[in-house]
Amino acid sequence: MTLIPLDLVDLALAATLILLNAALSIWLRLGLARQILIAALRMGIQLWLLGLVLAYLFELTSPALTGAAALVMIGFAGFEVFSRQSRPIRGLWTYGLGTGTMLLAGGLVTVFALTALVAPAPWYDPRFALPLLGMVLGNTMTGIALGLDSLSGLAVRERAAIEARLCLGATRAAALRPVLRDAARTGMIPIVNSMAATGLVAIPGMMTGQILAGAAPMEAIKYQLLIMCLIAGGTSLGVFLSVVGMAAFLSDSRHRLRLDRLRPAKPAPDAPG
Amino acid sequence: MTDARPPALLAVRALHRSGLEPASFEIAAGETVALLGPSGAGKTLLLRAIADLDPNLGEVFLAGDSRAAMAAPEWRRRVGYLPSEPGWWAERAGAHFADPGAARALLAPLWLPADILDKPVARLSTGERQRLALIRLLVNAPRVLLLDEPTASLDARATAAAEALLDDRRKAGAALLIVSHDEAQIRRVAGRRLLIDSGRVTEGAP
Repeated sequence: MTLIPLDLVDLALAATLILLNAALSIWLRLGLARQILIAALRMGIQLWLLGLVLAYLFELTSPALTGAAALVMIGFAGFEVFSRQSRPIRGLWTYGLGTGTMLLAGGLVTVFALTALVAPAPWYDPRFALPLLGMVLGNTMTGIALGLDSLSGLAVRERAAIEARLCLGATRAAALRPVLRDAARTGMIPIVNSMAATGLVAIPGMMTGQILAGAAPMEAIKYQLLIMCLIAGGTSLGVFLSVVGMAAFLSDSRHRLRLDRLRPAKPAPDAPG
Repeated sequence: MTDARPPALLAVRALHRSGLEPASFEIAAGETVALLGPSGAGKTLLLRAIADLDPNLGEVFLAGDSRAAMAAPEWRRRVGYLPSEPGWWAERAGAHFADPGAARALLAPLWLPADILDKPVARLSTGERQRLALIRLLVNAPRVLLLDEPTASLDARATAAAEALLDDRRKAGAALLIVSHDEAQIRRVAGRRLLIDSGRVTEGAP
């Protein structure tokens, strides 16, 4: 079995489902019709542009352009980590920390997969490199964002406990260890849960795509397993590096807790009042 | 100067930070000094600055040794700071003591029950926690004690016990700087006063 190509008529018919969605919103006065149509239009344009960019990159198979695209992806992911912090570090350090650890963890894991596991020729073939990196980054980003947000929140909440240990002569590493451990756990839980639930709750998106494209289920599953391992490795490495880095920013060489390096808390978007 | 005061165990030289003007004073071994001032005057800022818990400028010496030449954890073991609201990092009280045996010896003198170390911290009263925090500091045997209202939530009997314990340390050669709002207590324990107002430290009348 091979991929069944879709033509514009197929897509236009599929789009009628979105019109149905908008019509329902008007009929039920949900006030969502405009948003639904704009979101659908954005989705269409963004994916179309992505298609053009990917087609161009795949055509050229240039290491420089593939690398540049990877850096842009990592940059966006870093911004996403930054924007998910309720108490980011002052200055651009949180952005640098999130982006730097993602570059290291995501880059390392992806290059490992490309050179040693999937091994396309050339190894940087964008058809493999960019989707792999995208999947690793998407999950690493969530882990890092959760870990960093949790660590800054815990450091503020547990200030008295951390300083109590410092007062008794503990080093900053010893005093911060409990909150560091909790923050790392928070960052890792989503990937652990998703490994445990994979295949039971949902057929993973990538596997679905490969099966639709004509791959045998067992081949698709092997790829899915590979991806999950990469994601788990990238996430754990990213979470570990980012919380350790953040802990270093939240303390100094005189073993003080430096909460003054955090920006004041942003109110949670759904907080009442 | 022909002051007969003994050589300083703790010497503070132009210690300052935001909210604290340059402060210079000395405390001798075997001396208890009271730190007085209205709320928000900077008493806690000063104690924290001496313990090096916040970024600060100036110099502090312990028996002539500069703080800057000492690793911060080492400094804080020798110059012990007891905050007015001490923190707890483990569930069980006993888990906060590296040497529970040494801690146990101080329970009875402070009128604390012998099994208190097995209880969860959350179940203890404010006064019990304050005494446990004092014990936690004392088992470290610091040479200088910086105490921020150490008996604020203790009854008269426990206050007297804590004062007696602290006086033993003083007689053994420790230097004590104690924040208190209790005039009677200051007269009982302190030989000298430092006043602080709007972050300015001055010598008080004896």
